Amino acid sequence: MDPELARAWSRKLHDAGYTGLTWPKEYGGRGLTPTYQGIFLEETARAGAPGHVGVIGLNMAGPTIMHWGSEAQKKRYPERILSAEEIWCQGFSEPGSGSDLASLRTSAVLDGDDWVVNGQKVWSSYAHVADWCILLVRTDPDAAKHAGLSFLLVDMRAPGVEVRPLQQITGDPEFNEIFFTDVRVPRDSMLGEPGQGWQVAITTLLHERGTLGFGLTADLERQVNRLIALVKEPAPDGRRPADDPYVRDAVAGEWIELQGLRFTNYRALTTLLQTGIPGPEGSVAKLVWSEANQRLAKVAASVQGLSAQLTGEGAVWDGYWQYQQLRSRGNTIEGGTSEVLRNIIAERVLGLPRGR
Amino acid sequence: MDFAFSEEQQQLRASARQFLADRYDDGTAARVADSESGFDADVWPNLAELGWFDPELTFLEYAVLFEETGARLLPAPYFSTVALAGPTLRTDEELAKRLAAGGLRATLAWAEAGVQQGFLDHAGLAARVAGGRLDGHKVLVPDAAAVDLFVVAAREGSRGASAVGLYAVEAAHAEVVPRDTLDRTRRLGEVRFAGASARPLVSPDDADRAVAVLAQTRRWSLAAAPCEAVGVAGRALDLAAEHARSRQQFGRPIGVYQAVSHRVVDSYVGLEEARSLAYWAAWCVAEDDPQADRACLAAKAHAGEAAVAACESAIQVHGGIGFTWEHVLHRYYKRAQWLAAVEGPARDQRAEIAAALLDH
Repeated sequence: MDPELARAWSRKLHDAGYTGLTWPKEYGGRGLTPTYQGIFLEETARAGAPGHVGVIGLNMAGPTIMHWGSEAQKKRYPERILSAEEIWCQGFSEPGSGSDLASLRTSAVLDGDDWVVNGQKVWSSYAHVADWCILLVRTDPDAAKHAGLSFLLVDMRAPGVEVRPLQQITGDPEFNEIFFTDVRVPRDSMLGEPGQGWQVAITTLLHERGTLGFGLTADLERQVNRLIALVKEPAPDGRRPADDPYVRDAVAGEWIELQGLRFTNYRALTTLLQTGIPGPEGSVAKLVWSEANQRLAKVAASVQGLSAQLTGEGAVWDGYWQYQQLRSRGNTIEGGTSEVLRNIIAERVLGLPRGR
Repeated sequence: MDFAFSEEQQQLRASARQFLADRYDDGTAARVADSESGFDADVWPNLAELGWFDPELTFLEYAVLFEETGARLLPAPYFSTVALAGPTLRTDEELAKRLAAGGLRATLAWAEAGVQQGFLDHAGLAARVAGGRLDGHKVLVPDAAAVDLFVVAAREGSRGASAVGLYAVEAAHAEVVPRDTLDRTRRLGEVRFAGASARPLVSPDDADRAVAVLAQTRRWSLAAAPCEAVGVAGRALDLAAEHARSRQQFGRPIGVYQAVSHRVVDSYVGLEEARSLAYWAAWCVAEDDPQADRACLAAKAHAGEAAVAACESAIQVHGGIGFTWEHVLHRYYKRAQWLAAVEGPARDQRAEIAAALLDH
């Protein structure tokens, strides 16, 4: 999507009062319960409307700043996230540190009143349009792995920041690499204290997963409806894929998964409202959604026969499902791989011993 | 948003769990299951005392109870009485009273050899009532040898093939032939009626009502089965997780190996989704929601398969001990298979859902 169009749409959402529904009023939010956010996400999906371009700011940077920020930081950043005036990206993963995030090596060294940052981040959505970055860096190379980390708020226009698009298997450059070469970050642009970076990052990831379920379910509802529309279209031989028993079984199966996810969200939301603590359902939702999304894209491709190799203009749905089949492979990797999510559930929910 | 059980419902759950755990530890449960009859003939008055037959219970309370009875494999015909026979029993004042007082164990006798066996497939039924006397041969009757009364689907002798009614026959007037059944705590039997005294509960003269009661029976069964399946899957998961925590091989608990732990996690994920669907279906039935039929189909399809998969994973995680008669797991596995099979396998329910999604 065109970045300017995306920002314009996000501003419209903001002007209509649909951003920051659960944020406190003093930071420009509406101060409502998560139920309202759930309803908004469901309806957005039903309308087929695009999301807010500042999703990293809304779901990760904003809540983390509101939790850990100084008064000055809380005044400076959150409102501009809601209005899409400033877009955020995330600098956590590195080429050598994916699932084992705490092993990261991007360094920040204090020099006068600035932190001087050097290193490389990867898998940063929106970095090519972002104004700011939440950056996890190592400030104490001698401390234990987790204890040496700190959390910076970095101006993406600072000298020494270079963004390079990363081409995916879809051919699109949706993610980016970010290179930091002697980037000077003001000393007061840190969230929390030096060495607290891991705790701060945990807050970020909790927020990412806390509100995740509704968005994912909304996304899956859209995909299930699209799959239903596709299989009802007659193939070149005149037969409807929807009359194939295998296809019928698969479509109904994904519809059931969708309902399972929806009511799991409702249970999770009820727990959240009653206890204030998000349950483990966010990880469950991500696991179920990612695998369902992959399966249904494969069904969509399979009903096209060899035509499934054709893509772009003139292909079935102009190549939408070809793209979807490839893009969905990332779903079980991004935002915590399925393997890491299973480890989290094994250890934190089922109390199984740590394997590491 | 309030998608949770009320405090009263949670108390009901706690008391049911306590009662069942006290009465049926795994050893006792196995002894009852392997006994001649396969059921606990003395427990019924206790269930009545616990309030399990109170007429004011909604399906949400039943959902709680089915989950708990599934988790302990209650060896008594509660599912048959409440979910299978219940919708018909409640149409009759006298039987409803007996049921509420805890004095009635009942089941539904609908299937016959050689015809389709769904609750709504009454096209080929041959059982006939004439002058208040029933003749017929029913098969696959759940808990046939553990009940006082049969609710029987049959036709009125003199009428055409279309009208089916539901009749009450006291067990004393029927000949029960128990069949060897995998799930030894919910055995199936054949029941022969030869001029048995039969009282009409839902008359074939009122064909719409008979169809409505059968549809209600199907809905209740399709909602009760996933609740029980959630209980079964939950126990299988607990056993698997406990074994993965405690069993040591190569000097470490086997749960450190992801080939083991991820398998257990997948049972948990399947269970959580099944739970959500089962509660949704129960809520729809309790509220008579227009989505009830679809919700019941979805819940039955998913929870049945999830329970079977959870038991299979638990057996695998246990290794050799999980493959023995001595270990309790096979009993849960067999109940899971019972539940997955009743009213057809999951693909039958998915086929019905597909028809609603794709054929209009």
